[in-house]
Amino acid sequence: MVAFAVKRLIQSVFVMLAVAFLAFSLFAFVGDPIAQMTGVETSLEDQDRLREDLGLNDPFVVQFTRFTGDMLRGEFGYSFRTREPIGAMILSRLPATLELGTVALLISLIVGIPAGIYTALRPRGVISQSLLIGTLIGVSIPTFVIGILLIFLFGVQLGWLPTYGRGGTVEIGWWRSSLFTAQGWRSLILPAITLGLFQLTLTMRLVRAQMMEVMRTDHIRFAIARGVPWRSIRYRHALPNTMIPVITIIGLQFGGVIAFSIVTESVFQWPGMGLLFLESIRFVDIPVMSVYLVVIAFFFVVINLAVDLLYVAIDPRLRVKESF
Amino acid sequence: MLTRLMRNEGVWLFTRSPAAILAAIATLAIVAGAAFAPWIAPTNPYDLASFSLIDGLLPPAWEDGGSPRFLLGTDDQGRDMLSSILYGARLSLSIAAMAMAVALLLGVGLGLAAGYLGGRFDAIVMRIADVQLALPAILTALLIDGISRGILPREMHDDLRVTVITLAIALSLWVNFARTARASVFVERSKDYVSAAIMMGQHPLRIMLRHILPNIVGPLLVIATVDLASAILLEATLSFLGVGLPADSPSLGTLIRIGMQYLLSGEWWILWIPTVFLVVLVVAINLLGDFLRDLFNPGMR
Repeated sequence: MVAFAVKRLIQSVFVMLAVAFLAFSLFAFVGDPIAQMTGVETSLEDQDRLREDLGLNDPFVVQFTRFTGDMLRGEFGYSFRTREPIGAMILSRLPATLELGTVALLISLIVGIPAGIYTALRPRGVISQSLLIGTLIGVSIPTFVIGILLIFLFGVQLGWLPTYGRGGTVEIGWWRSSLFTAQGWRSLILPAITLGLFQLTLTMRLVRAQMMEVMRTDHIRFAIARGVPWRSIRYRHALPNTMIPVITIIGLQFGGVIAFSIVTESVFQWPGMGLLFLESIRFVDIPVMSVYLVVIAFFFVVINLAVDLLYVAIDPRLRVKESF
Repeated sequence: MLTRLMRNEGVWLFTRSPAAILAAIATLAIVAGAAFAPWIAPTNPYDLASFSLIDGLLPPAWEDGGSPRFLLGTDDQGRDMLSSILYGARLSLSIAAMAMAVALLLGVGLGLAAGYLGGRFDAIVMRIADVQLALPAILTALLIDGISRGILPREMHDDLRVTVITLAIALSLWVNFARTARASVFVERSKDYVSAAIMMGQHPLRIMLRHILPNIVGPLLVIATVDLASAILLEATLSFLGVGLPADSPSLGTLIRIGMQYLLSGEWWILWIPTVFLVVLVVAINLLGDFLRDLFNPGMR
């Protein structure tokens, strides 16, 4: 177990180094920072001096090492566009995205898992069939259309919920949260549903497929043959085996939630990291783009590491053959 | 003979599946409308002389105040919505199809080679695929678009918009093809006909393309259909986010973005008609993909 954990940790460090390298290459090869920072009136000598001062003439390896060191110390540099420190920019946007993503993920799991189990156990029922058709439509409707539909229905037609921004927020240290005010929750509902719906359909389909597979395995057949009550077969023997892959789903969905939060934040003008990233693309703000990349990759790697370790902790079969 | 049998069975199953028939009709209609847009669209939305502000914001023909000249109404510039949508669908579909073709060539090529050659080449391709699979397609596409903006000078970037978007979509979708092709090749490689071909001393390229490829077309076709839908969605999303196609050559996503401005006002047709059009298109293609998947995986039926 420890050996496995160490091995995975080293792997994760390598992945992060690769991402840092990619981010740095963005920095180094895309656009010219000097041209961005100086105006036409700056003389060539001044430009060269600035280049030397910033260390842009150093060898690639030296620059990359410095870049990685800065990242580790939390010094992310400055935005080309706003001249603000990127660390502070990301930090002020982070809570909004994390709260939105977490609530969306919870919606997807709380609704998706029971729905998946139900449709697996009663595949021919009317409710199951309509749920399945629903997932097909859910996969086909782009996230932004779902957002527009919800805004139109609940924001414009019914006027029940706010359609943009975070509503009332409360500051706890640097963490600006919208989870503690009624207005904040009301603002959170529509974006969270928009973001969670697509993940929900995925959860449901995966849980359903897994449950159907487990119901066909030998130990379930044996339990049926022995005359174990259906209730017990379904919920005590089949369900725990179905739940193991759900952990992986959570890991995978985190990536999806982060990516689609860009779209959702754009529709609802939710002031999170996705919106920041989108702005940085529009204005070719390379430093912000590359820091976003590093931060997102860090989240991915940590979540995947946690999922893998949890997997081994939960599933005894994996501990026997520690070949991976 | 096998293909003929399958085709017959496929035709038979097709006639028994109303959803698949409806989906096929809808897809064909939209594709035909997009393909023949220059001939059947009432006006040319790119031609500034063909519309005037006087006709601005007219509702669809069946509503009060609508004009029979503009079946689906007009936008604020007086452009005919039907023409805009047909031309938009034409753009969306051709970008998606081109992106899919590039992804198919790249993915199948790499997947075939990785599966057949194995070893180090296989390891490298699969590592890249793993990393890319961890990044959702929309993120990859956005990144590629952002980088291209940084590298290309502004005017050039505007000219190359369509190419950049196509490549961005293709590069975020090739992984599925590569993995499927590789997995299928692994299965096929150990079969007798491949051993026979190897023993006959045929060139590996010939074995891959002439012997193995025809036998793995089924699963690739399913992925191609599903990915065509993803490609359309991806293009629409990018355009909706404002990093896709510009407003002077609108795709379906751009039309929806423009329509968003009318969400609060009464001009519902500017937003909802392109939206419905996009959703119908994607749902239809996904239904076809589901049908094909059931056809090629009889075990799932």
